[in-house]
Parts: sequence; C-alpha cells; structure tokens
Amino acid sequence: MALLEVKDLEVYYGVINALKGISFEVNEGEIVTLIGANGAGKTTTMQSVIGLIPARHGSVIYDGHDITKMPCHKIVHLGMSQVPEGRRIFQELTVYENLMMGAYSQGKKTNFKEDIEKIYDRFPRLKERRNQIAGTLSGGEQQMLAMGRALMSHPKLLMLDEPSMGLSPLLVDQVFEIIKDINKDGTTILLVEQNAGKSLAISDRAYVLETGSIVLSGTGKELAASEMVKKAYLGG
Amino acid sequence: MEIIETLINGLSLGGTYAMIALGYTMVYGIAKMLNFAHGDIIMVGGYTLFVTLSTMGMPILGLALAVVVCVVLGVTVEKVAYKPLRGASPLAVLITAIGVSYLLQSLAQIIFSSAPRMVYVGGQDGLGFVTIGSLKIQKHILITLVCSVVIMVVLSLFVKYTKIGRAMIAVSEDKGAAQLMGINVNMIITITFAIGSALAAFAGFFMLMKSPSLTNTLGAMPGIKAFTAAVIGGIGSLPGAMLGGLFIGLIETIAQVVPGMGAYTVAIEFLVLIIVLLVRPTGILGKKRREKV
Ligand SMILES: Nc1ncnc2c1ncn2[C@@H]1O[C@H](COP(=O)(O)OP(=O)(O)OP(=O)(O)O)[C@@H](O)[C@H]1O
Ligand SMILES: [Mg+2]
Repeated sequence: MALLEVKDLEVYYGVINALKGISFEVNEGEIVTLIGANGAGKTTTMQSVIGLIPARHGSVIYDGHDITKMPCHKIVHLGMSQVPEGRRIFQELTVYENLMMGAYSQGKKTNFKEDIEKIYDRFPRLKERRNQIAGTLSGGEQQMLAMGRALMSHPKLLMLDEPSMGLSPLLVDQVFEIIKDINKDGTTILLVEQNAGKSLAISDRAYVLETGSIVLSGTGKELAASEMVKKAYLGG
Repeated sequence: MEIIETLINGLSLGGTYAMIALGYTMVYGIAKMLNFAHGDIIMVGGYTLFVTLSTMGMPILGLALAVVVCVVLGVTVEKVAYKPLRGASPLAVLITAIGVSYLLQSLAQIIFSSAPRMVYVGGQDGLGFVTIGSLKIQKHILITLVCSVVIMVVLSLFVKYTKIGRAMIAVSEDKGAAQLMGINVNMIITITFAIGSALAAFAGFFMLMKSPSLTNTLGAMPGIKAFTAAVIGGIGSLPGAMLGGLFIGLIETIAQVVPGMGAYTVAIEFLVLIIVLLVRPTGILGKKRREKV
C-alpha cells in the first residue's frame, strides 16, 4: 500500500482553479518528484496535501489515515514534514531554537539532544552557527536549517518544495546528495523541483504537472528520456 | 525627593499601562488584529472585584476571581466573535471588536447602572504610606510597581523559555511555518487571549487601588493610552509594550506635577506618539515586517 495516496485533488483560490483533480502516489522508501513550470500548481499540491490549503474535492490518504480534512498540525503529528517553498525559517530565533521548533511535535519519547546531534552531524555548518539568529544566515545555510528543522520531527514522509532554489551550483549538488542520503536512511521523499535534470536523476518515479493537471508520469529514467520532458524542462 | 517620588509614581502608573499594552501587543502579534474590546475586559474585571469585595471582602480573592472571569470572557469573545472572522478583512474584524466593546459596556450599564461604584481595595482610607528614609510613597503605588515588574519578568521568561512561549513567537512570525512544526495555531491564539485578559484583570485591580470610582467606561481611556504605548514601543513587540507603557506612565505623571501642564497630559502623550512615529514608523522596538506573499 502507498504511504501517500492522492486522488482527484481539486484546489481553488477563490475562483482560480489551481489543481484540477490530480492523482498520484508515493510508496514507502521512494523518492518521487513533481516537476512543472512556474504556476503549474506544485506548491499548491504540497500545501494542500499537508493541510495548509483546503481541498475542494478529492482525497488524501496518508499512512492509512484519511487526512483530507485534517488540520496541518495534526498531519505533522502523524509523521509528515515539509521544507516549504522559500524555506520560511523563523528569522528572529536562533539556529538552535529553530531546530527546537522542528521538534515541537515530538513528545518525551524522543531524545532531543541525540536528535540535534544527528542534525549537526549531517549539517556541520549548523553546529558552528547554532547560536546565530537565523535571519542572518546565508541562503545555503538557511536551506540547511530548513531541512534540519524538518528532520527534527522524525518524518516518515519528507516533502521538499524547491530546495535548490537560489543556491549556487555547488550547493545544489550538495542538497541533492543530502536528499539521497536522507532517503537512504529510510525517509520517504516527495520533491518539487524546477531543476528537472538533477531531480529526475535521483527519483524513483516522477510526475509532470502542467497548469493544475498531471500530464505525464513514469520512472525518473523514463521521464528524463521523454521527448516532451527534454523539450520543456531539460532545455533540449 | 519630590523628583524621585514622581518617578516612582510614574513608573508605577506605567506598570499599569504596560499590563494593558502587553495584551494589545500580544494579540496583535499573534492574531494580527486590534482587539478594540481589550480595555473593556479591564472594566469587567473591575466589576468582578466590586462584587467580590461587597459580598465577601478579601481583595486578593477579588483579584483572583477577576482574573478567572476576564480569562473566560477574553477567550469566549475570541471564540465567538473573532475566530469566525479569521481570514476576513481587517476592517470587518475591527468593526466587530468595536461592537464587542460597546456590547460589554452596555451590559455593564444594564447590570450595574451608570452610577459610579466605589471599590475600596484597602478600605475607605486607602492602603496608607510607606516611608523609606525621607521618601514617602503610597503603598498602592509600590504594590503596583512591584507586581507589574514581576509580571513582566515572568512573562518574558515564559515566552523565551517555554515550549508554548516559543510557539507564540513562531506563530507571530509565520503562521503557516508554525503549523508545519505541528503547532496548533488556534490553541496558541486562545492562550494569547487568556494571558492578555489575565493581565487586564491585574490592570483593573491596580487602577481601582489608585482611584476607587468604577463605571462602565473604566477601561476606555486607559485602553487607548495603553494602545498608544504599544504603538510607541512597536506593536507586536513585548519589550516594546513594556517600554512604551512605562514611558507613557512617566510622561503622564511628570506632566501632572509640572505647573500648568496638567490639563494637557493626553495631548502631550499623543504628541509623543506622533513624534515617535515620524522618526520610527515601526515604533521604538518594532521590526519592519517582511511582507509575505
Ligand atoms: N494565494 C493565492 N491566491 C490566488 N492564486 C494563487 C495563490 N497561490 C497560488 N495561486 C495561483 O495558483 C497557481 C499555482 O500556484 P503554485 O504556487 O502552486 O505554483 P508552483 O507550481 O508552485 O509555481 P512556482 O514554480 O512558481 O513556485 C498559480 O496560477 C498561482 O497564480
Ligand atoms: Mg511553488
């Protein structure tokens, strides 16, 4: 059974129909990517799945729970986590306090000190900067912090909305390496990217979103080889 | 000596304003709305104190009951009047808050009539004086000062070091991101209204210790002054509300002892507001908010 199953999801902003009934699934252990141009509805999909934007129609099943109408904070407690578009770290808090916020949903059952050390191992930069106000971090560091913060809740499903946006090529490579690593350690990944080449290369499967509809799906390899994807998203 | 007494009196009055300003600023920071009815919560606390004193005596019990009644009222008003308007235009919320304000004032008038009630917290003769060396200060001034400082310190520590306090900071900065952390934003808003209302109950107690006459508009003018204080300090900022409150209290007290200035107290306060906003549009400690898309 799929870890995440989205069926006929329709989302409106007022009269604007941003998602026109999309269906997709993410199986346990996979990396799945949604690619699409600006305004295709990628962020809307991510936010609707995690309960930040209500769906007009359709259903979202996660880990055996119907979460279609569940508020976001409850979904997070079920083990879903998201690195939102634009990172949205808490600018006024320190790096350490941001990571603490990431662990907000964790009760006494997890060991906060151990968890934060794991994050520092994965992102040594964050350890160096742990007492710095997050708003003063560089873009790359903020992205690391946003990922670290999302991992503090031990997600089963981690969603990342354009994690490579605005980063230097070197950092982009690093981010994709880290995503692969996180996945290897057992976290299922749903990724949204405009960087289709790199994301398809690490994806088990992918979907192409165009103006609110899924127009193509397949394995990462299949899509990377598809004429349509090449033309529209790989600059060839 | 008179100068020191005036400063202590000013800081004490400022402590009262800070209690009210904190309620405005916390609700603004977290629910992003102006709770115009906040001042009237003070008045309801005042009548709770009045009823307790006239039936059972015991000012401390009166304060405790006032806190309970104000918290329940504040949280109920939020649930019934403001929550359904989440996402509505700020103007609709403001009008609703004004409506709640008049509703509370009118209900108080119906129940207690418009004749002033006398609330003698320390008996008819007041609480008396304390002399420290050559300083002679009224006891209620000291009680207000000490209590409000303690409350401000406790509140600051609460926000900085508790899980709920940090969640409040997160919600005030980015509601969506806060939800992604698993924070129940509605619960945090409820807690914020509860804290603000409890502080309003304290403010009412302090005010009635100072001058015992209670009417249904008890909270109106102090509410406006405290709101001014919150804006001067930087609306949304806790230290800003404290600073602004103390500042307004000092100005008011000083203006009253300077010969010929007493009549212009309120004008001076608003003049200061205008000057501060001209120099720093976000208030003394206010941050420029990045507009979120
Ligand atoms: N708050 C909103 N109000 C109205 N329309 C919106 C809102 N947010 C998004 N939209 C519209 O919904 C559509 C999908 O937007 P969405 O942000 O999901 O796209 P996206 O694929 O994430 O784009 P990008 O690559 O630029 O991030 C767009 O046409 C956008 O204009
Ligand atoms: Mg987007």
